[in-house]
Amino acid sequence: MSDHEYTPSSKFGKWFNDRLPLLTLANHLTDYPTPKNLNYWWTFGGILTFCLITQIVTGLVLAMHYIAHADMAFSSVEHIMRDVNYGWLLRYVHANGASMFFLAVYIHIFRSLFYGSYKSPREIIWILGIIIYLLMMAAAFMGYVLPWGQMSFWGATVITNLFSAIPLVGESITTWLWGGYSVDNPTLTRFFTLHYLIPFLILGLVVLHIWALHVPGNNNPVGIDIKKPSKDTVPFHPYIVIKDAFALLMFCIVFALFVFYQPNILGHADNYIEADPLVTPAHIVPEWYLLPFYAILRSVPDKLMGVVAMLSAILILAALPWLDTSKVRSAVFRPLFRQFYWILVADVLILGYVGAMPAEGLYLLIARVATAYYFAHFLIILPVLGWKEKTTPLPLSITEPVLGGSPNLAAARSDEKIEKTIK
Amino acid sequence: MSDQKDEKKTERRDFLFTATAAAGVVGVGAAVWPLVDQMNPDASVKALASTEVDVSSMQPGQSLTVLWRGKPVFIKRRTEDEIKKAKAVDINDLKHPEKDEDRTKNPEWLVMLGICTHLGCVPLTDKGDYDGWFCPCHGSHYDTSGRIRKGPAPTNMEIPKYEFVNTNTIKIG
Repeated sequence: MSDHEYTPSSKFGKWFNDRLPLLTLANHLTDYPTPKNLNYWWTFGGILTFCLITQIVTGLVLAMHYIAHADMAFSSVEHIMRDVNYGWLLRYVHANGASMFFLAVYIHIFRSLFYGSYKSPREIIWILGIIIYLLMMAAAFMGYVLPWGQMSFWGATVITNLFSAIPLVGESITTWLWGGYSVDNPTLTRFFTLHYLIPFLILGLVVLHIWALHVPGNNNPVGIDIKKPSKDTVPFHPYIVIKDAFALLMFCIVFALFVFYQPNILGHADNYIEADPLVTPAHIVPEWYLLPFYAILRSVPDKLMGVVAMLSAILILAALPWLDTSKVRSAVFRPLFRQFYWILVADVLILGYVGAMPAEGLYLLIARVATAYYFAHFLIILPVLGWKEKTTPLPLSITEPVLGGSPNLAAARSDEKIEKTIK
Repeated sequence: MSDQKDEKKTERRDFLFTATAAAGVVGVGAAVWPLVDQMNPDASVKALASTEVDVSSMQPGQSLTVLWRGKPVFIKRRTEDEIKKAKAVDINDLKHPEKDEDRTKNPEWLVMLGICTHLGCVPLTDKGDYDGWFCPCHGSHYDTSGRIRKGPAPTNMEIPKYEFVNTNTIKIG
């Protein structure tokens, strides 16, 4: 992993490191050469690690007070809010933490899309990321069921019924998932178990994600391969550590604004009504981070095809490294791709908006157009762009635009700044 | 050593490998099955399989929702007008063609699972474009026989197994 040999200075350190090379690993992590032009969009990896740890720690303590039983779950959550010391804080951090986690992961994903971080040789990092994202959605969905409010219950009913769209075995699969003939106590207890398990699966995958990252090293805003260590890199510590820490502080301010000033704004009032299997709330909506996919589900008039479209919308991302045929990674040097990128961003935001609206009339029409465009972006536009697009010339190194005269002024300018800070 | 002997030896090994692998697969399967099957409905859930409902106080036009196996069941005492409407429909116009006669044991009483066949919400009674039921979740309209007429639901609302114990009591399940 490390590019140079490391020997601990102390005798004990050397003795220990010969038996378990933890110090070599620590040294690799601190000295790890990173491109010196990483911008703030690259700080979200660290922010996401923080989010995961926050969810695990707050979740662990909430589980000490929560009771996973259909008759008691709802009141045990109220017990946490009213009686448990700082229970309100822990629950609000955990509930809003899920939203913050998704906010950060969407920025992280769209950063990869802009700078082509999913391209060779980083396909495995990307696919591991998609698996983590899928697990995050599963964990968030099951976590939302646990308070056993109306939205919990009916959200669980609608999502588990997606499986009933599978031909022939659909009904038996939903019965198996429920442990009964409807969402009920057995469903709640198993969701709690899985909700507890998944974060640790994510943690394991995050280790693999970072491991896979450390093999080729970070991509960078210019998107070219760099030699490491070289004039183009700086050690992870202290350069990236301090930048990540500053970004994390800014992120925590936003997090705190939600927790302390608008803790319920991202939730639904219906979830403060206890689950009732006889009454469906008038307007069922998932949490905001699932809305674009919900819009895709509803835009298809056929039940099975709706489910297929929704799943494909996520799984298509795993094929992205092969759908994008362009050899140039960064959108900085791809004038056409850059425009389509922003259209895609707008498209996903529009899907999110119509996902929250009733599926009728104009909203439905917009959802259908946006769904068609979403798939067209990945299946038609990206493969064709790779052949047709005329990209602007790439610099030979991150440093070269400054020293050797750059074809790209923007890259040269941002580089100058970094040069100064290093010297 | 002759070639023939060599081949024979390899075949014996192959057989052992295959047999071991097959036994292993059966063993692992037998060990995994209880872990999978424990998630299916347990004995206590299955035990609640039937419910008896007293319908003596219901007037024509009234409906009642009862819980059976954790699911709502609609019992509707239909008016003459509603029965007429349900029977008048041309069955070829239906997305899921079923005659009203096949959905009831006594035309006055409609007993069906109150679950939208789209994604499992509970539809609202006496609502929608066909004066039957309307699902607020994704906009499915059902007629006075609980048949899907408009919207994303693929099939009519399901009719559970039920019987009239006597004129005043319906046993569901």
